[in-house]
Amino acid sequence: MVPITTFHYLVVAAALFVLGVIGVLTRRNVVIVLMSIELILNAVNLNLVAFSRMWGNLHGQVFSIFVTVDAAAEAAVGLGILIAFFRNKETINVDEIDLLKW
Amino acid sequence: MAPVATPWFFYVLAGLAVASGVAVITRRNAVHSALALIVTLLSVAGLYLMLYAPFVFAVQLFVYAGGIMLLFLFVIMLVNIERSSKERRFNRMWPAGLVAACALMALFISAFVKGRTLFPDRMILLPESSNTQQIAGLLYGEPGRIGQYTFAFEIASLLLLVAILGAVIMTKKKI
Repeated sequence: MVPITTFHYLVVAAALFVLGVIGVLTRRNVVIVLMSIELILNAVNLNLVAFSRMWGNLHGQVFSIFVTVDAAAEAAVGLGILIAFFRNKETINVDEIDLLKW
Repeated sequence: MAPVATPWFFYVLAGLAVASGVAVITRRNAVHSALALIVTLLSVAGLYLMLYAPFVFAVQLFVYAGGIMLLFLFVIMLVNIERSSKERRFNRMWPAGLVAACALMALFISAFVKGRTLFPDRMILLPESSNTQQIAGLLYGEPGRIGQYTFAFEIASLLLLVAILGAVIMTKKKI
């Protein structure tokens, strides 16, 4: 069995990133779009921790902790915006959220 | 001591992460997507353990799988009306989105094929026992010295305060 190197983790992180991008760009449900954003952030975290292991210091792991904190704040505010929008217009489809369209 | 059965753990966890990632973006029911995302987060946490990062593993479990997903499930129960699980899944712009994502995937594949020789082929075995202490040293500092990331840590706590205020104000009926 080939030993697991940094490259294997980068491939997994890239796959999760592309899946998250597909989810953000193609889904109708706003909550699932926000969940795909969390998937993207997890892929970035995996990348950071893999490189931290490769270099042997802990800067990547500390940075990934900050990314996690930032993801929590962004999820809270994003879901608050979603609830406030849902109260005005009873929809969660991105196709119907077009108040700013010309 | 050498780790046991390591490549199998990696392939199982990585396969589970990618498979449940696919389930997140393809399920019609939003609760199914949320549960699949929880499985993804747990398998990525397992990958962190394989990378000798126990503190990041714990942070991921508490914050992501325990906090953020709970928030998502509550909001899904608040806003997800029943008819949305019977409608179409993909929005109007889905061909353009798929093309853009394929372009991104092609970029990643070309970067991996060209840069394959940049990454070392063996990973050093790090001690696991002092990981939390070293991260604490970076975040909080040693006795008598400020840490390298202490300022960023304080800014992050300020960010969380602002997020809490924003989320509370956003959901009030009259500001």
